[in-house]
Amino acid sequence: MTSLLLNGKTVRVDAAPDTPLLWVLRDHLQLTGTKFGCGAALCGACTVHLDGVATRSCVTPLSAVAGKRVTSIEGLQGGIAAAVQGAWDKHQVPQCGYCQSGQVMTAAALLAKTPKPSDEEITAAMKGNLCRCGTYGRIHAAVRDAATTLGATP
Amino acid sequence: MSATRVTRRDFLKVSALAGGGMLIGFRLGEAKQAAAVRANAWVSIAPDGAVTITCGRAEMGQDVYTSLSMLLAEELAVDPRRVRVVHAPADPAYVNTMIGVQITGGSTSVREGWEPLRKAGATARELLIAAAAAQWKVSPAECRAANGVVSHGPHRAGYGSLAAAAAKLPVPQNVALKEPAHFSVIGKPVPRLDGAAKARGRATYGIDVKQPGMLYAALVPCPVIGGKVAAVDDAAAKARPGVRAVVNLGEGVAVVADHYWNARRAADALVIQWDEGPGAGLDTGAVFAALDRARGKPAFVAKQAGDATAALASGALEAEYRCQMLSHATLEPQNCTARVTADGVDVWASVQYPQGAQQLAAEAAGLKPEQVRVHPQFLGGGFGRRLENDFVAQAVNLAKALPGTPVQLIWSRPEDLQHDFYRPPSLHLMRGAVGGGRLTALSATLVSPSITARAFPPFVQKGNDPFMTEGLINLTYEVPNLELRTIIEEVGVRVGYWRSVSHALNAFAVESFLDELALAAKQDPLAFRLALLDKLPRQRAVLERAAKAAGYQATPGAGRGFGVAAMECYETNAAVVCEVSGSADRVKLERLTICADCGVAIHPDQVVAQLEGGVVTGLIQTLRAKITLKNGRVEQSNFDSFPLPRHHEVPPVQVELLQSGGKPGGIGEVGVPLVAPAVANAVYSLTGKRIRTTPLEDGGVRFG
Repeated sequence: MTSLLLNGKTVRVDAAPDTPLLWVLRDHLQLTGTKFGCGAALCGACTVHLDGVATRSCVTPLSAVAGKRVTSIEGLQGGIAAAVQGAWDKHQVPQCGYCQSGQVMTAAALLAKTPKPSDEEITAAMKGNLCRCGTYGRIHAAVRDAATTLGATP
Repeated sequence: MSATRVTRRDFLKVSALAGGGMLIGFRLGEAKQAAAVRANAWVSIAPDGAVTITCGRAEMGQDVYTSLSMLLAEELAVDPRRVRVVHAPADPAYVNTMIGVQITGGSTSVREGWEPLRKAGATARELLIAAAAAQWKVSPAECRAANGVVSHGPHRAGYGSLAAAAAKLPVPQNVALKEPAHFSVIGKPVPRLDGAAKARGRATYGIDVKQPGMLYAALVPCPVIGGKVAAVDDAAAKARPGVRAVVNLGEGVAVVADHYWNARRAADALVIQWDEGPGAGLDTGAVFAALDRARGKPAFVAKQAGDATAALASGALEAEYRCQMLSHATLEPQNCTARVTADGVDVWASVQYPQGAQQLAAEAAGLKPEQVRVHPQFLGGGFGRRLENDFVAQAVNLAKALPGTPVQLIWSRPEDLQHDFYRPPSLHLMRGAVGGGRLTALSATLVSPSITARAFPPFVQKGNDPFMTEGLINLTYEVPNLELRTIIEEVGVRVGYWRSVSHALNAFAVESFLDELALAAKQDPLAFRLALLDKLPRQRAVLERAAKAAGYQATPGAGRGFGVAAMECYETNAAVVCEVSGSADRVKLERLTICADCGVAIHPDQVVAQLEGGVVTGLIQTLRAKITLKNGRVEQSNFDSFPLPRHHEVPPVQVELLQSGGKPGGIGEVGVPLVAPAVANAVYSLTGKRIRTTPLEDGGVRFG
């Protein structure tokens, strides 16, 4: 049994220690918002927050998250989440939508660390997240917009 | 196919919904066969007023759910944001009348739904008004329907309360549709119905399906497509934790386990000997050599004018173009959940062709198609990959080994890239002549394998695969001597429809070669094209608009380049302009501008989104991605070796949307085909280097 603090609650998982966090979430805990895309940290669809840092869950074994704080898209909340997801709505970003959980998680982690990112910083943060539909322009605009919203919030 | 026309009377059926609502069934498009005279779209109005469309088209990002809901809502007079859409099952009732099978593809969904969805909405609205008028004993003409409510003076009644009565009334014929000037939904901004859920991880894709007692399966397919299992030692795999079954599928071996990771790890422990079959010797060089050898074979003549043979007898400019194969690389890997019981099969999957899934599932289970229930889900990308249902047959075969237990098969990324139905490799033989600054003769021959000959054999007649001639038969330029031909040459590769299909192959060759001819004619490529479009003002207008918006310059000066490309596709006119800077060692994409005239844009923001995304998809072919074969094996295995464009590699994409009226053209695939030639032409403008192969980096240029 491995314990982790998932979306604010302690959960205990009975899975092999080498099981990637992605499959712990999707299969053992039935949290399917985190997506499987490549299994090799190349596409970013599986991005979660590990102690607040954007992390590819497909290459992160369960053993490495024991006792750690994990946030998946289902548990993303607060001012930054509202700003990011509100900007995603405003810019009508998703098409097929499969990559968007990962895009949102990466964007939220960026803004938590860098509240006023430059365009270059947005690009650097987002370039690990593939979007097969090609929504990059809207993703970029939405991240910028979310940063502006957060900057205007006292 | 017989061309039985169906009377208007058959168009719409209205019936009572159990519990007091109203069910409106109607056909999308003109039925091509008498047998198809069945309602193929269903709208229900529940007693609480909820409007639900059962949508026969897959939502794979192209916005069919919202666009089709808007068509209905416009005439039904309801808020489109409150329309609920549910995925339709596999059923002949949902056949795409523009294609003849239940398929989402060919940029057809909105074109097919344009009239019937509005007619259904208008007819239902009139019935609801008639029901209210009868109740209030007033004239229907004095009643008003808006936002799901019928009103007259002090009277107000929600649709839900009227639906049961409306369902019993005679169906009015020939209800007039709104004039475009009075549209209040079509052409207006509406949030995507699936947008908020997708930004919050709440949309359910095939891979997200959970069923009680479900097991997971991981597959080891033969590394050579078409090869078979010769022998398998599964002792080590069976000893792994959680393993419930090891199943030899012939084309590969799968492990079924309690959890996916247990299945995957156990699959890694399988020891398999393969009979790799005839494909084992194939490599990319041999594929293109085979296309080369086929150049003299009898060709299907798709389009002809004047006497191209005579006009090109001497002094013709000649060039050859080649496109490498591509994988669809949907971000959601292929997967399927299946359950086989005594009375039938349930299949949950992301599919573009539910009827095909039903057929393959029935064959795998040894049952009749009507015993298979297909439960389509959101697609994590389609692009044509999910017109194939190979993974459905595999999942059903696994589920058959564990009767009553749902089994979810999930492919790995390498399996997905290495067991695709690839965009065909292609060779174009181009010849042309110019005189007086104009194009006087053009001959184009596409040599490639035929997708349709494998996927839908009856559609290939006398050497004509109609999906190979697209992008040729709709050539917009006025050329006095013309010969556009296709040669089908099978090269041992499993090929499939890839977003925009042969439009992309043909546009790369034709639009690149047009620049070569413009050079020979000593003309600017833009002016050269415009001069050939006098008779097609709509096509001319998109090209002019794209050039203007992009700030096109014929002689941009050192370190900059512009390239143009234009075509008509899916009844939409389009043009792309690419601006580049740098040098051949390092070309920087500065901007891509696309102008499209689709007649009418139902949901303009998402039309723009499709064009933006289509352009990015066009960049896949353009930059560096390709599928190559060595010893029958696909050499690429993940997104490092099959690099999709990333955030930092995509330049600003500017969309100019024109709506010249009439009916809507297709839009889902329009953004794709013109990118490669526009970029290649811009690279020539910048460097003087003509690249005649995709990806362009194979031609000795570097992007970055």
